[in-house]
Amino acid sequence: MLAGTVAGCGGGSTGRPVVNLYNAPQENIGALVDRCNRLAGGRYRIVLNTLPRDADGQREQLVRRLAAGDTGLDVLGLDVTWTAELAEAGWIRPWTGEHERRAREGTLAKPLETAVWKGRLYAAPYNTNVQLLWYRSDLIPRPPRTWDGLMRESARLAAQGRPHYGEVTGARYEGLVVWFNSLIQSAGGGILTPDGERVSLGAPARTALATMRAFARSRAADPSLPSMREDDVRLAMESGRAAFQINWPFVYASMAANRPGMLRTFRWAPYPGIDGPGRAPLGGGNFGISAYTERPRESYEAALCLRDAESQKIAAVRDGLPPTIRSVYDEPEMAKAYPMRQAILDALQTAAPRPKTPTYQNVSTVTSAVLSPPDAIEPARTEARLRELISEALQSKGVLP
Amino acid sequence: MITRAPARHARRRISEEKAAQRRLALWLCAPAALVMLLVTGWPILYAVLLSLQRYDLRFPGERAWVGLDNYAAVLTDPFWWNAFWVTVVITVVSVAIELVLGMLLALAMYRTLVGRGAIRTLVLIPYGIVTVVAAYGWRYAWTPETGWLAEALPAGSAPLTEKVPGLAIIILAEVWKTTPFMALLLMAGLALVPDDLLKAAAMDGASAWQRFWHVTLPLMRPAILVALLFRTLDAFRIFDNIYVLTGGAADTGSVSLIAYRNLIGGLNLGIGSTMSVLVFLTVAAISFLFIRAFGISAPGTQGERR
Repeated sequence: MLAGTVAGCGGGSTGRPVVNLYNAPQENIGALVDRCNRLAGGRYRIVLNTLPRDADGQREQLVRRLAAGDTGLDVLGLDVTWTAELAEAGWIRPWTGEHERRAREGTLAKPLETAVWKGRLYAAPYNTNVQLLWYRSDLIPRPPRTWDGLMRESARLAAQGRPHYGEVTGARYEGLVVWFNSLIQSAGGGILTPDGERVSLGAPARTALATMRAFARSRAADPSLPSMREDDVRLAMESGRAAFQINWPFVYASMAANRPGMLRTFRWAPYPGIDGPGRAPLGGGNFGISAYTERPRESYEAALCLRDAESQKIAAVRDGLPPTIRSVYDEPEMAKAYPMRQAILDALQTAAPRPKTPTYQNVSTVTSAVLSPPDAIEPARTEARLRELISEALQSKGVLP
Repeated sequence: MITRAPARHARRRISEEKAAQRRLALWLCAPAALVMLLVTGWPILYAVLLSLQRYDLRFPGERAWVGLDNYAAVLTDPFWWNAFWVTVVITVVSVAIELVLGMLLALAMYRTLVGRGAIRTLVLIPYGIVTVVAAYGWRYAWTPETGWLAEALPAGSAPLTEKVPGLAIIILAEVWKTTPFMALLLMAGLALVPDDLLKAAAMDGASAWQRFWHVTLPLMRPAILVALLFRTLDAFRIFDNIYVLTGGAADTGSVSLIAYRNLIGGLNLGIGSTMSVLVFLTVAAISFLFIRAFGISAPGTQGERR
């Protein structure tokens, strides 16, 4: 017994430098860590530390420790929206030289852009993500291209007494901002100006707000819309009460596992727009290197290994995370796990990134507060309120709700 | 052996002795006082200092003294006042309900003849459950599709997404959890009421209600006020139930929740500390009000300083 304990402890201290990876929960990330530790051949050993499940909790833990100059963090799994904030605060290191070249090589343009702040690369794209329209082909034979079309389909199904809800993330959190951001970009505008310095909004915002309000008041809206997050949306569809959902591609693997019977009629289509095709929300995660790491060289190496083509293929096939390296999509294993891979690549051409600003957290918090609940939106008044609160949030002034 | 020293001398000696005792007492208290000052005084002072600065962790270069600007920003903000009134409503309503229910429970427990220990243990179970765990239980219960309570409501209602039903559920969760604590404090107060007095009142023909209202309640006054003070202060700082149940959606956030959002989520130490100081001042005002206006004494002083 004692010997076992001693041996157990001894196994950890083989003298190899430890690289602490902090990442969001991901079921099979251990396989990537094991692979990279094998490939490292003793130069370093990655230790996986799992962050909380929700993005706000992950960010809180990381920024609190970074603000305190904690040296225990090395490689950080970052949401695409945090790059500007962490880079501006000096909490993550820029990628330069050979490391930068390897991180950029073969990487898709949109995901790469999420890791850039003020012209410098601050992270290596690990996985990307786009939302698609997922629908039941037994209820909706031809998926509409616009939100209006979706509302009409729901009204038709409701009249027939069949499942007619359309699930979207309407809770007061980042998901609501994601929805609004894609609608406003589909309408030809943006929340902020392209440089991220000033508020844009205006007529496209009012169009987007009117669409959200109309949807929230239509037959398509689930009564729980004001509390729905990604996972609630997925479950609502799997439980059979929804005709369509707007969600990330992880729902496909989930449907295959939980409701194989429903998988036959479970289809995907491009993200809906205002007058024509929409611009899908862009998500994903990047690996950044902490400014306070004591092993920068090993950390860059570890991060590059964790996001190389082979690692990305494993993450895509086993955990449903869309790769950021273009060539991975052509791997033979992807066909089975990723039947929607061409739709993802197409959506990535026009995907709508979220505003780039160090104060994104503030912008997002006030935006979701003003837009919640969606059925209470009054386009002109809501736009004015958003303009006022986002202007303050950009200067990190004022109060967050 | 009686010393016949002049009276003046004796008085001085006694006062010298007293002074020495007092000095010793101060020395003995000093370490504890110092620790108290360090662990409670310094954070409060630090929060006050932070509240006078513009200090956002993401922009350390822009740190500056701004005087009372943060207070002006917070006190003119509708989000803050909404959180403040939400907190006041939750505090007043939940404490009022807890007092009545707690008193009933205390009377029942006090008068129980059989299985007294078992009943007291049973009643205390909700208080023993970690608030966050209990809150998750309530959240799932009130969520459509997964919850047994939501099923009892008309189809399509999602109470946690609306302000008034959401607040009602938060208050319910608070009452469910802390009524046992109230009952326990009140039961201790019941023990202060001598049986003889109640018997005498009964002999004089007082009804059960009259005995309760005119004999039991006045004697329990210190216990009731202490219980009320404890619960009011606790309720005013409500955080966990709201965090889990609604996350502050539909304007159901409390002052603690909004302070957390600005301090931890927004990394804005200036505004967040301002809110913390305001919460602290409100709590201090509540204590002052209870102690002065209602004449409560601190526990242990037996009401000497009424």
